[in-house]
Amino acid sequence: MRTIFAMTGLVMLAAASAAQAASTQADFDAAMAAATAADKEAAMLKNRWTPTEQALAAAKKAAAAGDFDTAVKDAQHAEALAKASIAQAKEQDTAWKAAVIH
Amino acid sequence: MANSIRVRAVASGDHTEVQALVQHPMDSGFVKDAQGNLIPPHHIEVVDFQHAGKTVFTALWGPAVAKDPYIKFSFKGGQKGDDIAVSWVDNKGESDSLTAKIM
Amino acid sequence: MLRVIAVLIAALWVAGACPAAAADTINPDADFKAFRDYFTKKFPKVPLNDFVNGPYSMDAGLRKQWEAIEDFPPYDFAVDRGKEMFGTPFKNGKTYGDCFANKGIGVRQNYPYFDEKSGEVITLELALNRCREANGEPPFSYVKDEMASLTAYMAFTSRGKLFDIKIPNDPRALAAYQNGEKYFYSRRGQLNFSCASCHVQSAGQHIRTEVLAPALGILAAMPIYRSEWGSMGTISRRFVTCNSQVRGVPLEPQDENYRDVEYYLSYMANGLPISGPGARP
Repeated sequence: MRTIFAMTGLVMLAAASAAQAASTQADFDAAMAAATAADKEAAMLKNRWTPTEQALAAAKKAAAAGDFDTAVKDAQHAEALAKASIAQAKEQDTAWKAAVIH
Repeated sequence: MANSIRVRAVASGDHTEVQALVQHPMDSGFVKDAQGNLIPPHHIEVVDFQHAGKTVFTALWGPAVAKDPYIKFSFKGGQKGDDIAVSWVDNKGESDSLTAKIM
Repeated sequence: MLRVIAVLIAALWVAGACPAAAADTINPDADFKAFRDYFTKKFPKVPLNDFVNGPYSMDAGLRKQWEAIEDFPPYDFAVDRGKEMFGTPFKNGKTYGDCFANKGIGVRQNYPYFDEKSGEVITLELALNRCREANGEPPFSYVKDEMASLTAYMAFTSRGKLFDIKIPNDPRALAAYQNGEKYFYSRRGQLNFSCASCHVQSAGQHIRTEVLAPALGILAAMPIYRSEWGSMGTISRRFVTCNSQVRGVPLEPQDENYRDVEYYLSYMANGLPISGPGARP
């Protein structure tokens, strides 16, 4: 539970610090690669989140329209969400036992 | 093709209680399909219940009635063994009917 | 008096020491008893066999509406269609009945089962599609009307029969059972809910306008005609939509995790009657 709160905080921080100089295609490619890699790991853990997929789609759409600032922001957001879902899966791998009715 | 109407009418004292379930998509015409196209309206417009040659219940339906509608009502009269005739017509001119015995 | 207190303290001490041991070994029978006791204690006025009616066992107003609907249940059409499909031979002349014990009539309560030959959990939906494929027919979607109609008919022929799920003395079966248990209690999705969050902790409470069904016997009424869907839905469909409702990307229908959680939940319902097919809000 605490991990989720921490991750949400990180997501917000990441979103805030993304507003720097104008992003380029290269910036987007890098951000998208990181996001896709994280999403892939979440998929392997069978724990992707729907907002991650939405953020990835939004990033692709913005990049296609040439708006790399938005595209990078969305891709970084997707990466943070994917990482949170990975943390959730790893935490729950053992945490679930505490929830079982005894 | 199986009939789209199921009806059960039970005589109870001086009145008869009728229940019916009608199988029909009842498309309102306001809903879009997965491709984003409007599904054209296809819904029942009139449902009629007759007993002894007289209409005992009429329903005038439109887009607001949901899929596979269910009706329940009672009317004065009717005895076990009598016929009750149900029919419907939709906005495309399709129709169906069924006659059942009151129990 | 003191002797009673001493025994009580000893019992509580033993009970407190148990969880650590229970977490390391898989003990379905102990789980079963604890699961059942939790719900019967939480809802002492609900008769044991009534839990299979989900939200209707939790809410009197909802129950009254349901009882009126059951006079002319919305799943009737699916049962009729399922019966017709079930009786129609495949192109090669064989029928669904040839794939099942007792010609497929009155067998739903035995599913899922653990197939020791293939080392996997076989659900009713999976068995139906495997039957189709073995007879040269294309499989049905697990989340659409055809599979819902077939399973509605098969559930109907099993109405009232008691769940009889077996876990053979095979480490793979126990592992599948525990994987299902793990899936049930693991939080998932951005909303960070587990199945237990709603159906154990919050059973009988409202989520928006819906009353949450207790996990005990929750699969007994499947498949269900859900008014919200305006159509019949399979167990696969419900698992998929539950995942997306907590903002988790659903797994493929009949994914190993889905089959294992169905196995776990069905085992927990052993001895409870099949109430399906069902109607739900």
